Amino acid sequence: MGEKILLANIDIPGIRGFDVYRANGGYAAVEKALLEMTAAQVSAEINRSGLRGRGGAGFPTGLKWSFLDRKSDKPRYLVCNADESEPGTFKDRYLMHHLPHLLIEGLIISSFTLGVNTCYIYIRGEFKYLVGILENAIREARQHGFLGEHILGTDFSLNIYVHPGAGAYICGEETALLESLEGKRGNPRIKPPFPAFKGLYGCPTVVNNVETLATVGPIVNMGGDVYAKIGRGKSTGTKLISACGNINNPGVYEIEMGLPVEDFIYSPEYCGGIARDKYLKAVIPGGSSVPILPADLILNTAKGEKRLMTYESLAEGDFESGTMLGSGGFIVYDEDACIVRNTWNLTRFYHHESCGQCSPCREGTGWMEKVLYRIEHGQGRMSDIDLLVRVAKNIEGNTICPLGDAAAWPVASAIRHFRHEFEEHVLHPAAVLEKERSLIKFF
Amino acid sequence: MLKVTIDNISIEVEEGTTILNAARKIGGKVVPPAMCYYSKLKGSGGKCRTCLVKVAQSCTKDTRPMSKLVASCSTPVQDGMVVQNLTSPEVIEARKGIVEFLLLNHPLDCPVCDQAGECDLQDLSFGYGMEETATDDERREYPMTDIGENIKLHMNRCILCYRCVYAADQLTDKRLHGVLYRGDVSEISTFINQSVTNEFSGNIIDVCPVGALTDKTFRFKSRVWFLNPMNAHRECTRCSGKVAAWMFGNEIFRITGRKDQFGEVEEFICNECRFEKKDINDWVIDGPRHIKRQSVISANHYEETKKQSLIDPIEGKMHEQK
Repeated sequence: MGEKILLANIDIPGIRGFDVYRANGGYAAVEKALLEMTAAQVSAEINRSGLRGRGGAGFPTGLKWSFLDRKSDKPRYLVCNADESEPGTFKDRYLMHHLPHLLIEGLIISSFTLGVNTCYIYIRGEFKYLVGILENAIREARQHGFLGEHILGTDFSLNIYVHPGAGAYICGEETALLESLEGKRGNPRIKPPFPAFKGLYGCPTVVNNVETLATVGPIVNMGGDVYAKIGRGKSTGTKLISACGNINNPGVYEIEMGLPVEDFIYSPEYCGGIARDKYLKAVIPGGSSVPILPADLILNTAKGEKRLMTYESLAEGDFESGTMLGSGGFIVYDEDACIVRNTWNLTRFYHHESCGQCSPCREGTGWMEKVLYRIEHGQGRMSDIDLLVRVAKNIEGNTICPLGDAAAWPVASAIRHFRHEFEEHVLHPAAVLEKERSLIKFF
Repeated sequence: MLKVTIDNISIEVEEGTTILNAARKIGGKVVPPAMCYYSKLKGSGGKCRTCLVKVAQSCTKDTRPMSKLVASCSTPVQDGMVVQNLTSPEVIEARKGIVEFLLLNHPLDCPVCDQAGECDLQDLSFGYGMEETATDDERREYPMTDIGENIKLHMNRCILCYRCVYAADQLTDKRLHGVLYRGDVSEISTFINQSVTNEFSGNIIDVCPVGALTDKTFRFKSRVWFLNPMNAHRECTRCSGKVAAWMFGNEIFRITGRKDQFGEVEEFICNECRFEKKDINDWVIDGPRHIKRQSVISANHYEETKKQSLIDPIEGKMHEQK
């Protein structure tokens, strides 16, 4: 059993409410940080912990915080990115649903560290039921003196607001999120300037993922050095993984970084193996945006070492034979899954969610979807496969925000590792159409 | 002053200058094409991605190349930066890809388009386009709309550069049109068929790089290469009154702003000058405008062209010595 940090108390009945949460050691970290430590000390603890952004990029949180422009006389803002819309990722929603106070606690400590007096939680519009839960938690914290003016008798004041989005995946990109928060069309901004200098309303802003901020409280409690000992190498601590697909036990798991991927898939403690005793075919380990890997490459790296659930190990081999940990949306496919249909489905998503601001993503995502639809529905041509590779290559890296990359990588990796399946779709469309595939068998 | 090297030509520029503007200072072939950036419109740029360049060296301290191609219109230069535009095959390839994307849903109706001959997309396709199309899918289609009394919107041709949106934001007191929807179905539109009526709204025609916004007083009257652009001016209470009058004989076919060598108007003009003053007596004609020898508009040969040097303008400076 791996160590649990975020989800340690999740099974306690009523942990969502303030009283039970407080009785189980909640808000101790806030008291410790505000009363016993200075902002610089908390910041140093976070730096020592080696905490990395849990939203997908894995950027060191302490470093991100150090970029914040502290010389400016403008107000500073902290924005919690709860716009979790990546297909396959559902960890933040689980965390906010069951442990809203853990997030509030993290927000208070982070705001104290960054010198922020106004904090926004930008939550995905579809998570309407969570808005009430979070607002209730904020109200409870305010009643008990953890929010508002002069928190715990110190000079520090903080207000937290929950802002629901209007249903756009692109608003999970930090600058698009800020635009949306300002009430504008959710188009990503052109960087530089970065939000640390010019973010929300032109003021210095830090944008962090829910899980990242929720981890801040436990780090203050246990100390950065202790936290850094958990995990492996530069991937410290634990990570929430939302496992789904053809596995026996789908759900959200907290794993210690460094757990072998094989153990995660087959251990009864976690995914519990492939459903209905099928064979593993492929895995998307970090949410739909990261490259897909076939079974042999996900279990072992190209060098023959065991692949581990860390940022480094999953990325080993770069795009040739590696992938990314991303946001931890672990999607497993069994032998019956059709990669072409799956890729088409993902591309359809990115086509629908492209903001349309820059040309490669606006036109390219739609084009890829058209071609993949054609291949999947038996009208493909052999030249289409190379066309897809070319279009994906032209989108990748040439766009304003990472959505272009996210749309191009699944297609490029699917063709790289499963080209034969695309060719089969082109050569024998009738046979492939007849074949049982994807989730149809479950209906 | 910061020193920047673009395609092996070094220049010193002020801090905060973008790579594109540094390249424009050098001039000639090293200037990356720009479909959405407009130096007179604040905030424009970064969207079309045609101006992508490779940064081979970030600055004097950091000699590593940047991992991705960057949009030259929105990337400020740093001291000692080394930029590759035409000298990088990677940039040319990427730009070809971008042109392919821009033309993917473009109707290619140049033979009946009023912008033909002065269209940025036409120039770009000529430079970087492929001879054959890679797709036989249906193109996106929209109905044609009038978005103002004198402005026609042909959304099929639009490349969503957002220039007209910035122009309306910055030139008029209230913007009445904008981008609706998202992704590849996003479109320029007025909200519930409102009409763009502001006195300076005609400038959105001038800033449009393609034939999406056209002047209804000029539509289908003539092709631009049959007309002679003349500098003209009049006393105007609203604008400077300095315009380019496009004439055929003694007849004025249309009035536009005076565009510089990068296709940007020097001064924005008002709608009265643009749409209503079509009589030769309204204007004082100053003389012919200089048109690039390469442009189809110069086909009338009303201006004597200088003999061009055969030496590549990137390599030598023969032109300036003459």
